[in-house]
Amino acid sequence: MAGSLLSKPISGVPMSDSGLRGDLSRRPRPVYLDLVRIRQPVPAIISILHRLSGALLFLIGIPLLLYALQQSLASPEAYAALQGNLGRPIVKLMLLGLVWAYLHHFCAGLRFLLLDLHIGTALKPARQSSFAVLVVSLALTAIIGARLW
Amino acid sequence: MVARVIVGAHYGWKDWLAQRATAVVMALYTLLLLGIALYQGGIDHATWTALFAHPAFRIATMLFGLALFWHAWIGMRDIWMDYVKPVALRLTLEVLTVIVLVAYAAWLAEVLWGLAR
Repeated sequence: MAGSLLSKPISGVPMSDSGLRGDLSRRPRPVYLDLVRIRQPVPAIISILHRLSGALLFLIGIPLLLYALQQSLASPEAYAALQGNLGRPIVKLMLLGLVWAYLHHFCAGLRFLLLDLHIGTALKPARQSSFAVLVVSLALTAIIGARLW
Repeated sequence: MVARVIVGAHYGWKDWLAQRATAVVMALYTLLLLGIALYQGGIDHATWTALFAHPAFRIATMLFGLALFWHAWIGMRDIWMDYVKPVALRLTLEVLTVIVLVAYAAWLAEVLWGLAR
């Protein structure tokens, strides 16, 4: 995971050669990494959202998907009843959340696959692609949401 | 003396590869389903049941399901490993995850080939 670099605490104890560096060591340096306080770059946000969406899909998405598949194939009546249940506004809102989770996980996963193939690993394209993942998955969610309502 | 830490043997790269292979399987199935829906101009109960009447589509769906459950196992295990430090609790969560996912696989098989239909 891209975010794992941040999980290692950095010691605030000055390095033994700090005396040699003079000016550099006098500047105020961050002595710890507080995940809430430091500004996260977009790739880090993409990474943690990938985890979050994955957990959401596991906890709610999979059982709901299996239940819906079962109902949809059971009988025409069960199919219609399922459509009615999924059409309720509160359920639609939850579905929209899951749709976003799927789309984000899909797009971010695609980006990770490309990074694994050493495509777009430089800083600039990596930032651009992470921004694209954020925007595309939100835009697709909005389009599907507009069709749901 | 060398401090020996028990970390398993080389399962990391296999899981890394499996995570990606299962992702590709799921992505292809997603595109297939999307393509069918667009080709049919939307899906109603008749087209939906006709689709699942094809053995090949049931097998493709089972393949998607198994890829999903395997993928979910690797991802959830990573999450438990990273955030749940007490060993007993982590082990419990991991075992529960496996049990749930195997049950899901059985549920999917039941839906696709169940005698109840």
